[in-house]
Amino acid sequence: MLLPSCLVLSSSGIHPFRGVHQVTAFTPLVSYAGGMLIGLAAVLLMLFWGRIAGMTGILAGILPPFGSDVRWKASFLAGAILAPLLYQLAIAKVDYQMPISSTELIVGGVVTGIGVTFGSGCTSGHGVCGLARFSRRSAVAVIMFMSFAFLTVFVTRHIV
Amino acid sequence: MRYIVVGLIGAIFGLGIITSGMGNPAKVLNFFDLAGSFDPSLAFVMAGALTVAVPGYAFIFRKLRKPVFTSDFNVPTNRKIDRKLVIGSSIFGIGWGIGGFCPGASLPALGLGHLSSYIFVLALVTGIILAQLIQKTKALDIFSRALRRIPLNGDAGELQDRA
Repeated sequence: MLLPSCLVLSSSGIHPFRGVHQVTAFTPLVSYAGGMLIGLAAVLLMLFWGRIAGMTGILAGILPPFGSDVRWKASFLAGAILAPLLYQLAIAKVDYQMPISSTELIVGGVVTGIGVTFGSGCTSGHGVCGLARFSRRSAVAVIMFMSFAFLTVFVTRHIV
Repeated sequence: MRYIVVGLIGAIFGLGIITSGMGNPAKVLNFFDLAGSFDPSLAFVMAGALTVAVPGYAFIFRKLRKPVFTSDFNVPTNRKIDRKLVIGSSIFGIGWGIGGFCPGASLPALGLGHLSSYIFVLALVTGIILAQLIQKTKALDIFSRALRRIPLNGDAGELQDRA
């Protein structure tokens, strides 16, 4: 229902150039390899510590009120932040482009924080760890956040 | 020693995020922009992660009795698909579509040193704290109780009965 009416809107010339954004290169192999590293980290954390590599829980764990897990969570985060820093210093510059304004970024950040807290997880917790252990709860979460992300980008880039 | 190992596992996670492109908001937003500058790369990230995590988890849960450093596997036991999960995940999807960062990607991106990633993470932390406050004050319960007073028909009514 929504889709056809939007297409009519944009083809009628109200937003003729809306949606033309900086193109990023299609990188299937590098992205697949990077994904394997994320999966490997999830497996290793389960193997050594018996925990889900969910970034929402890990980040929440280093915020007050601190639980008993604060130390491993802080260690994991430190590694996750320092590795890209060292990689960029020692090996190669990493592609990073920010196509949106600070205001959009702040709104996106706050909304994301609220959503992952109520939804008990994000792309790493539900998307990787949850799906990998065939959790129905996580499958529902993934379907919801992927659908709404597609819908939101369609609205922000092609309608509003 | 145990914490160094966990730090190294975090490092693998961080490297995976930045090499995969998850830490680049332009790439993430283009993945979601089917009608515009679509870049399907991120589907390969998920595929790569599951290629390793599915057999890895299966092996661990089938063959091992306990993790190396701790006494037990601690996986979420909640199996209820409730309104909180569905609405929370939907809100996250909206935030992801606006900001182009998921929490797991924004933190490793901090290491790349761009101011915008710091702005995002500050906003993210604000959102998490805000949601925790809402949960603590039970503001949501009051809100949903108020909602229940409004007569609804169809799906919405059904959803409320189940919750």
